[in-house]
Amino acid sequence: MSAFTALVRKDVRLFASNRRALLMSLVAPILISAFLGSVLGGTPSKPQAVPFAVVDLDRSPVSQKIVKALSEDSSFAVQSLPQGPAIDLVRKGTIRAAAIIPKGFGEATTKALFRPTLTRPVIELHYDPSQAMTLEMIKGLLTQHVMQVVTAAAFDPSAAAPALKQARDSVANSATLDPAFRTDLLNMFKDIEVVNNQSLTQGSGKAGIAQGLTLPYTTRDIQVTNGETDYNAFAHAFAGMTVQFILLMGVELGVGLLLMRRMGLWQRLRAAPLSRGTLLGSRIVAGTIIGLLLMSGIFAAAIVVFGVRVQGSWLGFVAVAIAFAALTSTLGLLIAAIGRTPEATRGMAIILTLLLVMLGGAWVPTFVFPEWLQSATRFVPSRWAIDGFDAMTWRAQPLQSVVWPVVELLGLSVVLGALAISLFRWEE
Amino acid sequence: MLTATSLSKSYGTLKAVQDVSLSVASGQIVGLLGPNGAGKSTTVAMLCGITTPDAGTVTVDGVTLKAGAHAAKALVGLVPQDLALIDELPALDNILLFGSLYGLGGELLRSRARLALELVGLTDRARSRPATFSGGMKRRLNIACALVHDPKVLVLDEPTVGIDPQSRNHIFDNLETLRARGKALLYTTHYMEEVERLCDRIVIIDHGQVVADDTQQGLRARLPANPSRRYEISGAIDPGLLAELQSRSIQSKPIDDTSLEEVFLHLTGKALRDAS
Repeated sequence: MSAFTALVRKDVRLFASNRRALLMSLVAPILISAFLGSVLGGTPSKPQAVPFAVVDLDRSPVSQKIVKALSEDSSFAVQSLPQGPAIDLVRKGTIRAAAIIPKGFGEATTKALFRPTLTRPVIELHYDPSQAMTLEMIKGLLTQHVMQVVTAAAFDPSAAAPALKQARDSVANSATLDPAFRTDLLNMFKDIEVVNNQSLTQGSGKAGIAQGLTLPYTTRDIQVTNGETDYNAFAHAFAGMTVQFILLMGVELGVGLLLMRRMGLWQRLRAAPLSRGTLLGSRIVAGTIIGLLLMSGIFAAAIVVFGVRVQGSWLGFVAVAIAFAALTSTLGLLIAAIGRTPEATRGMAIILTLLLVMLGGAWVPTFVFPEWLQSATRFVPSRWAIDGFDAMTWRAQPLQSVVWPVVELLGLSVVLGALAISLFRWEE
Repeated sequence: MLTATSLSKSYGTLKAVQDVSLSVASGQIVGLLGPNGAGKSTTVAMLCGITTPDAGTVTVDGVTLKAGAHAAKALVGLVPQDLALIDELPALDNILLFGSLYGLGGELLRSRARLALELVGLTDRARSRPATFSGGMKRRLNIACALVHDPKVLVLDEPTVGIDPQSRNHIFDNLETLRARGKALLYTTHYMEEVERLCDRIVIIDHGQVVADDTQQGLRARLPANPSRRYEISGAIDPGLLAELQSRSIQSKPIDDTSLEEVFLHLTGKALRDAS
């Protein structure tokens, strides 16, 4: 065994024998990725229904139809409750929101539909402020169902006649309306009456407009991945956490060298007939191997347990992994070259690492950043790695798409390595 | 075997070592003494090729020690003051690792490692990790790691710090064995009794310079005459006879109880040296 191989083997064995480091570098990213992945959507599955309560104080046919329509919508898990318990459940976080349909809602909405000047009834929406994002979704779906039910009621020939008559009289007696506009409105009411009378004559009552206004379109949602499998949120979570914990491993490698200095082991190695290239080169190679082994373990768990798939190029995936492991290793060496004491160096390096990881989009997607920051993160190496892993997993990109990130990662590795060697303190 | 000529080393304005010369022949143990901060560690670092001297040369068995040239380094074994052991690796693996660093491999490496373990009395603990060792066992393993490549010169930097008398005695026996095998040993320590037992010659260094390089007897002779020197007379003495002896010129052999420590303090002073 050559001295170089012996030194590399020694570092790898030491890392493997350090249970704390292994736990930190292997188990922790898997657990955190599992958590983040499940929070961000997990494996492909049906969307979960939003827990939601309806309080029907009106008890009119219109309000009852709204409650029924909401209950039949798979987007909601609706409970019909009294007002007090419903709000309590929101407060406890058991449900996302509670809609209070006020007394007189059915009658008031039918009138307000044709007379914008009337005071419109108010549906109170009590919502959990920590789940504010679901409020807009609830509002949208509620609007759809209320509009459908209310317009159906408005155009129901048997039920709508009094409201139509009232509206027509109001328009006819208005002193402020433009005569031409008044004529148009009266014609419209007349046409509605004609349609309603035809419906009554034909005996259907449920045909045509009597169903209420419905959305004039539907949507078909298509995930833009590779078109073969659905998006797996664990893929991005594992990419981000792998990058974070490999970087932390690099910090430990750097700090380890500082500890070797303190313990005299480094001096002893320097007494051996070894070149500086062998001493530092073996550290870089060992760090790269350790990084690759860790990434293999983490992604093996991602593939076996969480269904993550390399849908792009395996070669590209491996290239990103090697390039990032090399970058981490040279970063660790630079930390050892610059650092003075292990304790202070570890603290500073961890802050730097977390900053890199955050800017790289491992914690939150970079699209939530301001535009200027999104542009700036294009120069952050952790983003190159995360984007590279994303491209080779769920984005299913070809090998060519990671050529440039790999070149960037390897190029920066060379720069960091050269910097570390030039700054390394050989004299104690 | 080991020759240092006019070694000098400065760190900024601090002249750590100035014009230090010393030599160690085969089959000889030379003690290197000096107060804290005297320049011993810097000298040892230069002798082992860890630190490059600003001036002067080191040769090992005729081979000059130079930066980037490893032939001379391979002839030297260093037993550092700090335990240069990897606690996570078994004792045998520690020795194998250091042997590998000196280009050994295969069966030769394994046999050398076994011999080194045997010499320091740790054969039955070959598979144990140093973390489970006593201080004395760790010190012995530290020596074994320096011996595995069979160096011609062994530099020992305070190899007995913090160990019990039994382990120390075992180490002394090891070193005497190595001397008998023709190795050249440079031994730094603060313990004078160790020097008295082991060393054939003693080099005392202070303020970065050699202040003495002599045998024990030669060093003792450097002390000024001591008027209060004591004499031991055997047997019962008649008071009258004693009075007569005192009135005459006494022909008796004095017991030489001048300690090396006295010599050391005479040469380097009694002021505390807290600087490292």
